[in-house]
Amino acid sequence: MTDTAEPDAPYAVELAGITKRFPGVVANRDISLRVRQGEVHALCGENGAGKSTLMKILYGQLRPDEGTIAVNGEPVVFRSPADAIRVGIGMVHQHFMLADNLTIAENVLLGAERRLGIGAKAKAEIARLAATVGLDDDPDTLVEHLGVADRQRCEIIKVLYRGARIVILDEPTAVLVPQEVEDLFETIRGMKAEGYTFLFISHKLDEVRAIADSITVIRRGTYVGTADPREVTTRKLAEMMVGSELPSPQTRESTVTDREVLRIEGLQLAGEGAPLLDGIDLVVHAGEVLGIAGVEGNGQTELVETIMGIRRATAGRIVLGHGDRARDITKATTLERREAGIGYIPEDRSRHALLASQPLWANRVLGHQTRPPVARRRLIGLINRAAARKDTQRIVEEFDVRTPGVDVPAAALSGGNQQKLVIGRELSGDPVLLIAAHPTRGVDVGAQAGIWDELRAARHRGLAVLLISADLDELIGLSDTIKVMLRGRLVADADPATVTPEQLGAAMTGADGPEEGAA
Amino acid sequence: MSRLQTTLLPPLLAVLFAALLCSIALLISGDNPGAALAVMVTQLGAGTTAVDVINTGAVYYIAGLAVAVGFKMKLFNIGVEGQFRIAACVAAIVGGLLPLPPVLHVIVILLTGMLVGMLWALVPALLRAYRGVSEVISTIMLNAVATGVIAWLISPAAFGFVQGNNISTPPIAPTGHFPGIDLGPSGTIFGMVFVAALLGVGYWFLLGRTRFGFELTASGESPTAATAGGVEARRMVLIAMLMSGAVAGLIGLPEVLGREHAYTLVAPQGYGFTGIAIALLGRNHPAGIAVGALLWAFLDKSALALDNIGVPREIVLIMQGVIVLSVVVAYEIVRRYAMAAEQRRVAAELRAQQQPVAEGAAT
Repeated sequence: MTDTAEPDAPYAVELAGITKRFPGVVANRDISLRVRQGEVHALCGENGAGKSTLMKILYGQLRPDEGTIAVNGEPVVFRSPADAIRVGIGMVHQHFMLADNLTIAENVLLGAERRLGIGAKAKAEIARLAATVGLDDDPDTLVEHLGVADRQRCEIIKVLYRGARIVILDEPTAVLVPQEVEDLFETIRGMKAEGYTFLFISHKLDEVRAIADSITVIRRGTYVGTADPREVTTRKLAEMMVGSELPSPQTRESTVTDREVLRIEGLQLAGEGAPLLDGIDLVVHAGEVLGIAGVEGNGQTELVETIMGIRRATAGRIVLGHGDRARDITKATTLERREAGIGYIPEDRSRHALLASQPLWANRVLGHQTRPPVARRRLIGLINRAAARKDTQRIVEEFDVRTPGVDVPAAALSGGNQQKLVIGRELSGDPVLLIAAHPTRGVDVGAQAGIWDELRAARHRGLAVLLISADLDELIGLSDTIKVMLRGRLVADADPATVTPEQLGAAMTGADGPEEGAA
Repeated sequence: MSRLQTTLLPPLLAVLFAALLCSIALLISGDNPGAALAVMVTQLGAGTTAVDVINTGAVYYIAGLAVAVGFKMKLFNIGVEGQFRIAACVAAIVGGLLPLPPVLHVIVILLTGMLVGMLWALVPALLRAYRGVSEVISTIMLNAVATGVIAWLISPAAFGFVQGNNISTPPIAPTGHFPGIDLGPSGTIFGMVFVAALLGVGYWFLLGRTRFGFELTASGESPTAATAGGVEARRMVLIAMLMSGAVAGLIGLPEVLGREHAYTLVAPQGYGFTGIAIALLGRNHPAGIAVGALLWAFLDKSALALDNIGVPREIVLIMQGVIVLSVVVAYEIVRRYAMAAEQRRVAAELRAQQQPVAEGAAT
C-alpha cells in the first residue's frame, strides 16, 4: 500500500508555497519544504514559529489556504489524517496517545484491526516492527509498565503498522534523557537504512545536528533557509531560528548566603508499592538556586507537591526559615505555606496555575486571596478588585506580559505570556522561597531569556529557589547546586560549574549504578 | 462580541426559537399561534395573574439560587427538591408548635427551614468530600427518602393535623405569618419576595466580592489550579453544598408563611427541578436567574390562560423544554465562539501594538 523508498526517487515530500492564515495571524507564509526519500529532515524553529501548523497540514489535520503538497512526486490533497495515512505519512505526537491499561499490541491494533485482523498475522507484523524500532518488550506487556522511551517506540510502531513510510516525529527528544536520545537516534539511523523517511521537529540544535541530513529553519511562520548539518554551526542555526544572539543561561557571581530558608529532613511519601519519596534531605539558602535534575516521573512532582502541602508527607519534616524564625510547616495547609512566603510555579501551567476563562486580574488573586493588595486589609474576607487590577497591570508592565489589558481571559494569551504572568504573580508579595517546576517549559526563546533574567534578579535579592527542570542547560545555567533525583531519592550531587550533560544524564538514569534505564 | 452580547444573546435566541417551534406545533394541531400569544400577554392584566407570576417567580428565584451555588462549583445538587420539601415541612411543624412573639416567630421558621435544608444536604456533602460519592446519586436518593419522611411527619401518628379530607402540619399562628403587600383585587405580593431579592443581592456580593466567592469560582473552573492556589477542595465542597441546602430550605417558605400557613399533603412539588432549569437559563448569574424565574412563572401561568381559549396547555411544557435545551446549546456555542474571538482580538491588538511579535501559531 505504500511505495518503497528508492534512493533515485528524489523527493518523498514536497511542500510548495504553503500559506495558512488563522484569523489575525499568519501561521505559515509561503513555506516550501522538500524532503528526500530515506533522509532525516529536521524542521527547526522556536515555539510558535509555525512548525506544528506546517506538520498538521502535512498530516491532513489542517488544510492550507494556499500551496500544494506532493508525496513521492504525486500531488495530493488531504482532507483528514486518514488521507495522509493512506499515502504513507504517519505522525508521532509529542504527547503520547496510548491507553495505559492495554498492551503494546492492543494499542497498536486499536483502530487498525482491518489491516491484518487481530490474530497471529497481526502479532507477527507487530513483532517484526518491534524489532525494527528496537522495542525489546513482549507485545503483550501492558503499556503502563513501559518507560517513556519504550512508549515512544510503541507510538512509532503504531504509525508504521498503519503503513507509514514517512514518519513525522514531533519533538521526540523532549521527554528523553541523553542516553535515551542516543538510543532513539540509533533506531532512526537503522530505519533510515531500511528506507524510511523522517521529519524531525525540534528546537534542540545539537540533537538536530547529530541526526539530520538536512535542516529547514522557519521563523515566525516564514521560511528562513535550509542548512547542511555538516557545515552549519549550532550558533549559526540558533541565529537563523531566533534571528539574534542567543541568550545564555549562565549565572554570574554567587549570591548564596548561609541563611537557611528551606530545610527538609527525611521526607517520606508512601506510594502503592515503592515509596514516591524516600528519605529526602535538602537545604536551600537565601540567594541560592537549588536545581533538581531527574527524568520525569522520579518523584520531582511529588516532592514539589509535598513541599506545597498538596500532598501530605508520611514522615519527615519541612522547616521554613531559620533560627528563631524557623517554622515547621510539615502539617500546614497549602494556603498557610503560601502565606508564609512560598511562591509556586507549577509544572503544568494550564492545569495548576491558571483559571483559563477568568480574566488576568482574577488569576492574580489566585494563591493570594488572603493577602493584600488583592485582599482587603481591614474587611477580612473581601477581595479588592480595583487593587487586583492595578497590581496585575504592574505585573504586565514589569514582566513584559503581552496583552491588550488585564480583563482578557488568561486563555487568550500565548503560553509564554501566561507563564510570565504566573511568574510575576508568584514573585509578588515578597516570597522567601520560590518553587519553580519547569519554569520555561513550552515558552519561546525570547520569553525564556526574560524568565531566566527574572529568576536571577530574584535570587540576587535573596530569594531561595528550588528549581526543577528537564532542560539541563537551564539547570546548569541557573543553579548554584544540583541534586539528582532517581526513584524518589536524591542520589547524587553535582557542581553546575563542572558537570556535563552526559554526567548528569548518567546519574539520572542510574547508569553508573547496578540497574540501567529510567524508573 | 461584547460581554453583554455574549450573555444576552443566547437566552434571547433560545426564547425566540422556542416560540417559533411552539408556533409550528400549534399550527400543526390546528390552533392559532397569534391568538395564543395574545392571550399569554393579556393574561397579565387580568385578575391576580401578574402578582401570581411575581410570587411564583420569587419561589423559582430562590430555587434557582440554591442550584446555582452548587453549579458555581460544578456540584450538581439535584437534591434541592428533597431539601426544600423536608425543610418546609419541618419549618411548618416548628412554626405550628412553638408559640412565639411576632417577627421572632417568622425568623425562627426561616432559620429552621435553612437549618433543615442544610442538614439534608450534609449527608451528600460529607459523602462527596470524604468518600468521593457523586452528589447526583446521593441527593436524588435522599429526595426519595425525604418523600417518605414527610409522609410520616404529617401523618396523624406524628404531627399531622386533619382538616376535612386534607392532612397538614399544625397551622401556624398569625404571629408566624409573613405579611405581604395587599393589592386588593390584584392579589397579595408575598413578603418573601423581598427576602428572595435580598438573597439575590447577597449571592451577587458573595460570589463577586468575597474571598469565598473567588475560591468557589476558582474551584469550579479548575479544581487543580484552586488546590495549588491554596483553596481546600474538601472545605469548598462542604460549604457550597451546605449553602445550596440552606437556600433550598427557603424555597417552600413563601407559600408556607404567606398563604398556606401550614405544610399540607398536597403541597407543591418540583420546585427543586425547576430551579435547575432556571439556574441553567440564568447562567448562575443573579440577574439572569431572576429573569429566568419570572419567565418560567409567566409560562406556568400561561398554561391556565391557554386552557381557557382551548389551546392545549401542554404547549407551555414544550416551550419550557425547548428553551432550556436551546439555551444550553446556545451558551456553549457562543462561549466557544467568544473565546476564539477573544484570542483573535488579543493577537490582532498585539500585532497592531508591535509588528514583530506573535506571528507564529499558538502552540
